[in-house]
Amino acid sequence: MDMASLSSTLLFIAFVAYLIATFLFGGAVKSSNTQTTKSFDRWGKLAITVTILGFIANIGYFITRWIAAGHAPVSNLFEFTTAFGMMVVGAFILIYFIYKTPALGLFALPIAVLIIAYASMFPTEITPLIPALKSYWLTIHVITAAMGEAILAISAVAGFIYLLKNIDLTKKSKERFWIEAVMYVLVLVVGFVVSTLSFSLADYSAEYSYISKDETEHNIEYTMPALFGMNESVAITEGALDPLIEMPPLVNAKKLTTVVWSILIGSVIYLLLRLILRKRLATVLQPLTKKSNSQLMDEIGYRSVLIGFPVFTLGALIFAMIWAHEAWSRFWGWDPKEVWALITFLFYAVFLHLRLSKGWEGKKSAWIALIGFIIIMFNLIAVNLILAGLHSYA
Amino acid sequence: MDKIVCTCGNVNPAGTELCESCGRPLNDETKEKKIVDMRYEGSARRSQTYNKTIIDKVWNFFSSVKVGMWIIVAILVAAAIGTILPQVFYVPATNETDIAAYYERIYGTFGTLYYQLGLSDLYSSWWFQGLVGMLGISLVIASLDRVIPLYKSLKKQKTKRHISFLKRQRVYGIGKADVSEESLLKAEEKLKELKYNVKREGNAILAERGRFSRWGPYVNHLGLIIFLFGVMLRALPGFYVDETMWLREGETLYVPETHGYFLESKEFIYETYSKEESKEVYGEAIDRVGTIAKNYQTDVALYKGPEGAVAGHTEDLTFEKEASIQVNKPIKFDNFSVFQMDFRLDELATMTFQLQDKQTQQSFGEFTIDLADPQPIYELNDGYKVEVMDYYADFTGFEEGVPQSQSPLPNNPAFLIKMYSPEFPKGETSFVMIKETVEPLGENQHKIAFQSVETRDVSGLTVRKDLTLPLLALGGLIFMIGVAQGAYWNHRRIWIQLLEDGQTVIAAHTNKNWLSVKRDLDKVTDVAHLPKYLDQQDIDSLEEKVDKVEGV
Amino acid sequence: MAQSKKQRFYMRTAILAVLVVAIVFTVYSNLNKEKNAVLQVGDKAPDFVLVDMDGTERRLSDYKGQGVFLNFWGTWCKPCAKEMPAMDNQYAEFTDKGVQTLAINIGESDLKVNSFLNRYGLTFPIAIDRNKSVMESYNIDPLPTTFLVNPEGKIEKIIKGEMTEEDIANFMDQIKPS
Repeated sequence: MDMASLSSTLLFIAFVAYLIATFLFGGAVKSSNTQTTKSFDRWGKLAITVTILGFIANIGYFITRWIAAGHAPVSNLFEFTTAFGMMVVGAFILIYFIYKTPALGLFALPIAVLIIAYASMFPTEITPLIPALKSYWLTIHVITAAMGEAILAISAVAGFIYLLKNIDLTKKSKERFWIEAVMYVLVLVVGFVVSTLSFSLADYSAEYSYISKDETEHNIEYTMPALFGMNESVAITEGALDPLIEMPPLVNAKKLTTVVWSILIGSVIYLLLRLILRKRLATVLQPLTKKSNSQLMDEIGYRSVLIGFPVFTLGALIFAMIWAHEAWSRFWGWDPKEVWALITFLFYAVFLHLRLSKGWEGKKSAWIALIGFIIIMFNLIAVNLILAGLHSYA
Repeated sequence: MDKIVCTCGNVNPAGTELCESCGRPLNDETKEKKIVDMRYEGSARRSQTYNKTIIDKVWNFFSSVKVGMWIIVAILVAAAIGTILPQVFYVPATNETDIAAYYERIYGTFGTLYYQLGLSDLYSSWWFQGLVGMLGISLVIASLDRVIPLYKSLKKQKTKRHISFLKRQRVYGIGKADVSEESLLKAEEKLKELKYNVKREGNAILAERGRFSRWGPYVNHLGLIIFLFGVMLRALPGFYVDETMWLREGETLYVPETHGYFLESKEFIYETYSKEESKEVYGEAIDRVGTIAKNYQTDVALYKGPEGAVAGHTEDLTFEKEASIQVNKPIKFDNFSVFQMDFRLDELATMTFQLQDKQTQQSFGEFTIDLADPQPIYELNDGYKVEVMDYYADFTGFEEGVPQSQSPLPNNPAFLIKMYSPEFPKGETSFVMIKETVEPLGENQHKIAFQSVETRDVSGLTVRKDLTLPLLALGGLIFMIGVAQGAYWNHRRIWIQLLEDGQTVIAAHTNKNWLSVKRDLDKVTDVAHLPKYLDQQDIDSLEEKVDKVEGV
Repeated sequence: MAQSKKQRFYMRTAILAVLVVAIVFTVYSNLNKEKNAVLQVGDKAPDFVLVDMDGTERRLSDYKGQGVFLNFWGTWCKPCAKEMPAMDNQYAEFTDKGVQTLAINIGESDLKVNSFLNRYGLTFPIAIDRNKSVMESYNIDPLPTTFLVNPEGKIEKIIKGEMTEEDIANFMDQIKPS
């Protein structure tokens, strides 16, 4: 077996291990108590062992792919997002050994699973480095930045648990609406994975020609039935579906089609879940958080920002500036990705100041941690896909 | 404004919430709190105390953390708005009209609005820079206002604190435990073992650890201030150079702003990954996206003009060094760096023609015109020669019979040529363009037949000097040290006191990481048999305890 | 007490003033960056040496004590072509009055420059800036740009764009040594 396929296998093993560990943590949460019981110990130990085994396989994926490609596997959207998912697990393991809270694993691992699944929907082949990326700073900058973001993500997980536990879901409130909205968005990511997978299993493909915004003709291949057509698009593939709505040249109708399919299928899944469970998803999950200590979750939320913030600053701003100076001749150029890293930095700076001097703790702090995670995910995914810029090589 | 004299006799500055010495709450508001606010040790921030002149008001405005946060939020929102559409410097247009047209053509009405509101050049707008400036002022003043009182009150704090202070700590316990002098000694010993700095005053112990982490925020603010100062410096002339130059293969040009350096381009190299030579792992990716660039490189020679030479001087250049400028590998000299940024492939360099008989196509000789330096006469064999009367590098057509060239770049070369032959010693005139010839003075017998071209590549280079970099690096370093200091260490304090009524009090405070301070306290309690403590903020545990009591 | 209050007032005023001045200066000079980069009226005209089409070496500092009408041009630039005959007329008029004219071409070929000056029958000195160093030290943009250098070697005026013959006559008169 060559390195590249060994690497894919290891990633798959890690993926499955995280899934299993999630259920084991579920067992640990159910049997846990304020007083440590033997059964909790058993479940908990098993869960963290499986997590660590998965993490080792994940690192194995990273190293073997590094060897196969000849460069650190952080050079395109698939590789970077996968590395981020791996580091979320790493950050979780770190925090777990400080605070020993199984509930954190129950929620952090599915997030990591979702991130890796999401990553795998992008082209996964090994790409060579374009000249701009040929630098050891690629390795240093991206890995440090991803590590920082992963640790900050744990803060959001802790915040999420805190909110699930402390929001009264029996009464109508803004908080209840928004926590359910978070659940819905998570289901939409599942929708994206499901729709991409099903169309690719069905081997769907249709090619169209279109006129781009600089008025030249291009071809584009859709891998999902075209809901939206590119500007003046004409089907090339025989019998391809006529797009329902044609978009102006500014809009990438292919990406829009993917987004709308994900929302459609995600919403169907969400509605089915609601019909089957006859409860809000937040209500379904709430019992799992009942036994976790609010004070501890609040502290984990704060502590992981404290640990992650310096790492993030170092990787996403300082190393980024040093590299940008070497590659693009200036340390700062207001490229969207740079700006969003700065926004993330400023946002967490506000978070820290709010805690320190306004005494924002508990729910407020938890909500801010959740928003911080949204900003990170926006920078990770949307900036590359939506906003044009120097980083949109993926 | 009067000073506040505490019951214990300490004189505190006006505005103090907790006595600097014994910790007694000094005003009603503080007295009502269940857990005391330990942020600045309850010291008086000077900004809050005097508010008379306009200067004081401005000072207090910038001293406020709340204001500082709003400034950060404003910068954050503005920065985000600036990413909605590309900024002007990423737009392929240089003058105002073209830029405006670009935004309208690509982004429609929204684009026009975005451009007209100035959002397309948001980061260099006066108001955005002003916001960053205000953040700078806020950093300076807010830090100055806090660090001094904090330093004073941490230095002044007494080992023995008043019970009203201790019972308002988040971690607090009291009890008639069997505590003797001996157990205090044991506690003292254990705390020392846990790397605490222990002070003893009668029946009171104050154990303190990691106080230096309290300075973290001020250190990182100092780093930010230095960084912003560095950014400010580049507005001064001489600190910052940002120029671009287009350099053709074979050409030697003056490097802008360098006072006497010249660069010669030996060769520009553009490489792509090929499926054969690169590792087979890339095959799949190359199949999917087509060509993938591998290298952009300009091989250059650097020369320096003689010392004190003036502009225009082209002789006596001394060779300095050769280098290959690649992306990520600039050439560096004398505080300058030159970067590979852009390129244009295949600009026409030379054109080769034959002088031919129009009918028989018999050749009377071949000549090559260097487009950068066309010669007036090209001598051919047997009395044939060609005279280049004029050259139009970027020919666009005739205006009133006169050929026009719109630029000096050889985008569409055309020549006005006289062909001399034994038959026509006075010459035949021909206007030679790419793919076409005009005979302005009547039918010719000879013609200029195009043979071949040679092209050369043009490198787009950026010349940069930035003398503020060391200062920026220093600012960044200090910031990182400060952030690490504040985030990875924490200030823990444990108070243990034997009260006169025989009860023992323990209290603990930390600025972060309560888990660790509680663990420390557990260890001390184990050896010294101190009373149980409560986390007065841990509602879950408190509730559970209540539940249990009720359940019994 | 009053003493310390006064001190504090002065201290705060001083700190605020320094910060505000620094920031206003920075923002102001950033907004005027383009203008700052270019030479300004009153600056010393950067010295240079170029060989003209007749083979004579022309060094700006050699003209000290005389006015220099320094014109940057290119053959493709239409306004340049229009103003050059007028410049030639005024050159004949002013050269004896101590105003020298020098036209600097931006890196074109000898053939091109020669054909141009033959066509228009130009008589004033023309030199080619082959490695664009003179152009860079004068920050030329756009073409044509004309610098009036006074007898003290200082820049008297910078004219961007085309000039009429009347303009040229006035400008040359302006830098006539007294």
